[in-house]
Amino acid sequence: MAEPLVETRGLTVDYATGRSLRGPANASTRVLRGVDIRIDAGEIVGIVGESGSGKSTLGRALLGLVPASEGQVLFAGHPLNAQPDGALALRRHMQMIFQDPMSSLNPRHTIRTILTRPILLHGIAANQAAADAAAAAVLDRVGLPLEVLARYPHELSGGQRQRIGIARAVMLRPRFVLADEIISGQDVSTQARVLVLLKELCAEIGMALAFISHDLSVIRALCHRVYVLNGGVVVEEGSCEAVFAAPQHAYTRALIDAIPLPVVGTGWLAA
Amino acid sequence: MADVTAAAASRRTWQPMISAALRDPKVVVGGGFILLLIILALGADFIAPHDPLAQDLMLGSLPPAGMAGAESGYWMGTDDLGRDVLSRFIHGTRVALTVAFVAATIAALVGTVVGLLAGYFGGWIDVVVSRLIEIWMAFPAVLLSILIVAILGSGVHSVIIAIAIIDWTRFARVVRAETMAQRQADYVTASTVLGFSRLGILAGEILPNVLWVVLGLFTLELGLAVVIEAILSFVGLSVSSDTPTWGGMIAQGRGIIYQAWWVFALPLAGLLATVLAFNQLGAGLRRSLDPVMQR
Repeated sequence: MAEPLVETRGLTVDYATGRSLRGPANASTRVLRGVDIRIDAGEIVGIVGESGSGKSTLGRALLGLVPASEGQVLFAGHPLNAQPDGALALRRHMQMIFQDPMSSLNPRHTIRTILTRPILLHGIAANQAAADAAAAAVLDRVGLPLEVLARYPHELSGGQRQRIGIARAVMLRPRFVLADEIISGQDVSTQARVLVLLKELCAEIGMALAFISHDLSVIRALCHRVYVLNGGVVVEEGSCEAVFAAPQHAYTRALIDAIPLPVVGTGWLAA
Repeated sequence: MADVTAAAASRRTWQPMISAALRDPKVVVGGGFILLLIILALGADFIAPHDPLAQDLMLGSLPPAGMAGAESGYWMGTDDLGRDVLSRFIHGTRVALTVAFVAATIAALVGTVVGLLAGYFGGWIDVVVSRLIEIWMAFPAVLLSILIVAILGSGVHSVIIAIAIIDWTRFARVVRAETMAQRQADYVTASTVLGFSRLGILAGEILPNVLWVVLGLFTLELGLAVVIEAILSFVGLSVSSDTPTWGGMIAQGRGIIYQAWWVFALPLAGLLATVLAFNQLGAGLRRSLDPVMQR
């Protein structure tokens, strides 16, 4: 069996809840309890659970943005040292697409700056001209006109901003991308186009994708495998077909039952 | 070809920004008045109709032009020693503007750097800075400035240092709070994920967002510095009394307010107009130049 691209071993994360007048000083809340997951190269993995299940924390821990209290996160066999600014070479290969594209784009940078600064930092483009060319190419790929380069984030629509967020992440040609609730808050047709784009990009670049969502129908349409998280514990894992056809855990069954009917067909993602 | 079109499409030159600023009435009026003051300060020797120090008791307490007993050539009248009020006012812009720009720049630089560091890194830096700001706020600003100048000795340098020492906390306080707010935004996390260093994020991502708050404060501070300089001149602690200053004129005019109110009125009006002009200029610049404000 090949080495997994991203792997957690007994990952436990505590958040300090600060000092309260009563109770122990430096109280903390355990958000993740001994989570073991693995994501292979090029694989699309869904992480599903309700609000507070720890799925966003798990995502941030996968990128080393949240320190592990116990256990560890391995990226291509290297343990992440849970520092926000880890090794630059490793950083390039683990990117993130955010839930709120407005907040994730610097409001006072033009789209050109937003797209070209990272690739200049990593030396993927040697100079500004090369970076501009790369930005133009990626805009074309995500279906945005060149004119947006001179615009600021607030001058774009929500769907366009989300595409910029995706473009910024894939420009580094990462091996792993985390998408955290990226389609909530968008209309259905925009959601569909974003998902199709993501699926295509994964295949083109050969990147693995961890797709965090509370929406099981989307996970089912997009992902190869799924982890179901509840109360900071993985309660079920398996291939999408298996989990959806025969959920083993009561919580998973409850989630699947909660999908509004009629169930959204998956035909639009078949390509 | 893609790179050529991309570069053309993405280049934001300064020319449209400047022309946008020049179309803003606040910038035109506020900036125009400040520009006039700068011209007066630079060319005072040529523009002022009389020597600001020349005394002539025969021409003492002349009223401004148009009033009974006015003497031609003394547009704004003379003080009790026969010195031309307009010429003294024009020469007074030198001290006022020098102090305003230098002191406000130092205060802004120090306060912004300290505020950025405290707001971004938190921890002990923030604790130290926050306590310092609180202690500073407890001091009455005018008394503190008089104390500092009294220790350093009078002179333009002392006034500048005093204003910078007192007012850096204005910048530090606001910049710290703004930095803390910006730090929570996803674009900071995004920059971390993209591989930028902490100082790189502070300078390249957060600073461009905080700068607009600094600009607003800076123009406010320019006006404040003019006022503080006038207060120090008023109490005789600014520059030596043979250099004309607005505050010195106000102090002198106060004593003879019933005989020659115009000695007092012109520098006071100038002070008010200057503070107002700086504030309007700041508001106008932000409105016309800040990309996020242009909706």
